[in-house]
Amino acid sequence: MVRFDVLEHELVPEHYLVPKEEEEKILKELGVKKENLPRIKKSDAVLRVLERKYGHIPVGSLIKIVRKSPTAGRITVYRVVVRD
Amino acid sequence: MSHHIFGLTKRINSIKFALLSPDEIRRMSAVKVITADTYDDDGFPIDKGLMDLHMGVIEPGLRCKTCGGKVDECPGHFGHIELAMPVIHVGFVKNIKNYLDATCRECGRIKLKDDEIEIYKQKIEEAKKMGASPLELMLITKKIIEDAASRPICPHCGAEQKKITLDKPTTFREEGRKLTPKEIRERLERIPDEDLPLLGINPETARPEWMVLTVLPVPPVNVRPTITLETGERSEDDLTHKLVDIIRINQRLRENRDSGAPQLIIEDLWELLQYHVTTYFDNQTSGIPPARHRSGRPLKTLVQRLKGKEGRFRSNLSGKRVNFSARTVISPEPFLSINEVGVPEAAARELTVPITVTEYNIEKMREIVRRGSNPKGDKYVPGANYVIRPDGRRIKITDRNAEDVAKKLDIGWVVERHLIDGDVVLFNRQPSLHRMSMMGHLVRVMPNRTFRFNLAVCPPYNADFDGDEMNLHVLQSEEARAEAKILMLVQEHILSPRFGGPIIGGIHDHITAMFLLTHKNPKFTKEQAIHMLSYLDYDELPEPHKDENGNEFYYGKELFSLILPKDLNMEFKSKICDPSVCNNKCVHEACPIDAYVVIRNGKLVAGTIDENAIGSMKGKLLDRIAKRGSDEARKFIDNMTRLAVGVISYRGFTSGIDDEDIPEEAIIQIHEIIKESIKKTDELIELYKQGLLQPAPGRSVEETLEMEIMRVLAHARDEAGKIASKHLGLENSSVIMARSGARASMLNLSQMAGSIGQQSVRGQRLHRGYQDRTLPHFKRGDLGALARGFVESSYKKGLSPTEYFFHSMGGREGLVDTAVRTSRSGYMQRRLINALEDLKVIEDRKVVDTAGNVVQFLYGEDGVDPTRSSGGENVDMDEILTDVLGEKYLLRRRK
Ligand SMILES: [Mg+2]
Ligand SMILES: [Zn+2]
Ligand SMILES: [Zn+2]
Ligand SMILES: [Zn+2]
Repeated sequence: MVRFDVLEHELVPEHYLVPKEEEEKILKELGVKKENLPRIKKSDAVLRVLERKYGHIPVGSLIKIVRKSPTAGRITVYRVVVRD
Repeated sequence: MSHHIFGLTKRINSIKFALLSPDEIRRMSAVKVITADTYDDDGFPIDKGLMDLHMGVIEPGLRCKTCGGKVDECPGHFGHIELAMPVIHVGFVKNIKNYLDATCRECGRIKLKDDEIEIYKQKIEEAKKMGASPLELMLITKKIIEDAASRPICPHCGAEQKKITLDKPTTFREEGRKLTPKEIRERLERIPDEDLPLLGINPETARPEWMVLTVLPVPPVNVRPTITLETGERSEDDLTHKLVDIIRINQRLRENRDSGAPQLIIEDLWELLQYHVTTYFDNQTSGIPPARHRSGRPLKTLVQRLKGKEGRFRSNLSGKRVNFSARTVISPEPFLSINEVGVPEAAARELTVPITVTEYNIEKMREIVRRGSNPKGDKYVPGANYVIRPDGRRIKITDRNAEDVAKKLDIGWVVERHLIDGDVVLFNRQPSLHRMSMMGHLVRVMPNRTFRFNLAVCPPYNADFDGDEMNLHVLQSEEARAEAKILMLVQEHILSPRFGGPIIGGIHDHITAMFLLTHKNPKFTKEQAIHMLSYLDYDELPEPHKDENGNEFYYGKELFSLILPKDLNMEFKSKICDPSVCNNKCVHEACPIDAYVVIRNGKLVAGTIDENAIGSMKGKLLDRIAKRGSDEARKFIDNMTRLAVGVISYRGFTSGIDDEDIPEEAIIQIHEIIKESIKKTDELIELYKQGLLQPAPGRSVEETLEMEIMRVLAHARDEAGKIASKHLGLENSSVIMARSGARASMLNLSQMAGSIGQQSVRGQRLHRGYQDRTLPHFKRGDLGALARGFVESSYKKGLSPTEYFFHSMGGREGLVDTAVRTSRSGYMQRRLINALEDLKVIEDRKVVDTAGNVVQFLYGEDGVDPTRSSGGENVDMDEILTDVLGEKYLLRRRK
């Protein structure tokens, strides 16, 4: 079955799942507690695509997003998966 | 997900809303109000009247009959009115409609089957467990109500349902038959508690029938005080007026009902009572006329007290009136530094700074207190208005007690002394649209009655002196003064975060003067030079030049160089640069019109100083100096503005209508060009009428025609302008102003001297007005230039009547646009502020909200403070290389 991959769309930035073992390190670098991170809903279309690649993504996982920025060129941001 | 809290000690967990039940209204009532009267003939509050002493006191000397308190002690108490017949509460009309729609007219059950009820209840429970917001819960309720309302037959008793319509604001009809509030209340009463959660009601705190009032709470008198005018006349609050109406009608309704009056009369009175209660809550309810005062002014009732800009929230809670502030007209004072503000003596004596008395300043403070609150003498010296003792008592200083208080003054007391030169104050002009709308200034006490400041500070405040007023606030704590001095002082705001360039800088005459001083490097005699420099703090003149007769003279560029930092190197194009003069190939120092600025080691070697050098928003020189530090920038702007005033007032500068005079043959030439263009448009129209006009790609023939005509006529105006410009040279004051960027533009001048050109509305030639024509002076369907808003005349020549009309049409669009834009952008600004006001940038440059939630991982994503950027860019390599390599780099850059 051909399914549409939203990540292929040029307006959708790159999304990656952060491996569990790297989470702590990244949060430490950012100096943020997980609950203060921006959120991404479990039902987000991107997560469904990511789950095809990584398997089940539980609530609380970190998603790394690399996107274009008008001021800084390319930037990396993080979101935490939440229930919807 | 759990919300972690830090940086906050307390956080509101939840807010519960409930309805007042009739019983509760009676329970909290201190008195049952039965008479519409307020005071008796002696001015004493009438028992059981609207001013009954049980509801609190507003007159000194009397005591509250409920709590025994005096005016300032009694918090006020509610009373109540028993309504003869129930009335609808306007605030709940929508809810009532929903409940009537969703429940059975016979048995009162929600029109859902038992299993559906169960499913919905579970859904609500689940949503609550997930921490759903009230809004999300409301959406579920809305769906339930929609579902229940769509059932034509009650699933519980099988009763057939009828359609209920709402006749705004408060009349309900069932298939045309009017439902009385009484009937409505009875129906709502029938809804069982178990069904209420499905309708979004918590049965523990509210019952739907309470939305139909049977008892009306009467607010405490403190809330609606009687005003006594100087004449001794009493005037009641609008709320009291409204309550009087309600009680009167209520009484008549009760009497008529009890005496068995005809149903028609009772219904009329009942409706009148509904009207009064409705307007008592909201006097702007749509569908009914607002209740008015005898004078014709609409009454301000409960909703009006809260709503809008003048309402409780925006006017009393979000913003408050403050002490230690002053407001007056502003006027210019070029001899003040940009950091200063001139404060009138009268204001300085009213505005005070609290100074704590210490062993070091006690003698000085005694002296100040001794002078009293209004020291005599020609020279302004500070006095003091109050002293505050360590126990917190304030003592007002009068001429009588000044000596006495001064003697008693001791360490630890606080003296509220008058303003003196050097005090830090905040200065503000509304609308406060950006942070530079409120800056810190240093006080200079001055005679007369206006606030004064340096003209270079006009742009950040967007101020002019056509009657503008500004506000001044005196800081009351050491911490606030330190903050103001370090963060808010004018010199710290020379560079704007809006575009990373200088917003404080030369305007109007500053630019003209610098142009006159530097363009083509004029010579000045020693006397002239001394006069112009006397405005500055310069003790030494540079070595003079000598002409063939041995007279000493100075070059303008030399005089300007005096105010430049000694190690400055830069070069850039002047505003007056015209690439066509040098065949689009800049020749730098050799520029025939002196339009390439070269600064070497703090000396202006070539070029004209104009808007591109020292202008607010555009000044490259200013920008460069501002980046070297705020002290240096402040000194430069102070010196530059003073020098400018020296130059322009010594030389003199004037402009008149004869600046726009052009020779007769030029006028004829312009006429020729316009005639030619009008002919060309006529040809285009002819072509169009014959159907021979080729449409441009993607356009209709009509659009193509319009485009072509616009192009031809715009060209005509430009050509006319060019001819006019040819005769308007740099010896002309108006042209100096336009070309140097001081004020106006060459377009303005060519419209005065040449031709005004096409008028337009919404970017199109004028076409509306009469049928198929703009004015009755033209034939129907005339598409010609003159019939469609082309103004051939110049402002100087004057407009023909039709031209004048067209010009007004075009001009109106501009006025409407600005009016619409300001109101819209004001609203947008408010929304943005409400959304962003408590975000902050923390130490590691993350942007977070009060709960620590990340909004941006790095401020602006690149972490750059636009104020410290170069026009928004991270680094300016040119600037760095020039600083390091100096001339070598600048010369290499030219290639
Ligand atoms: Mg004004
Ligand atoms: Zn009381
Ligand atoms: Zn029923
Ligand atoms: Zn040039």
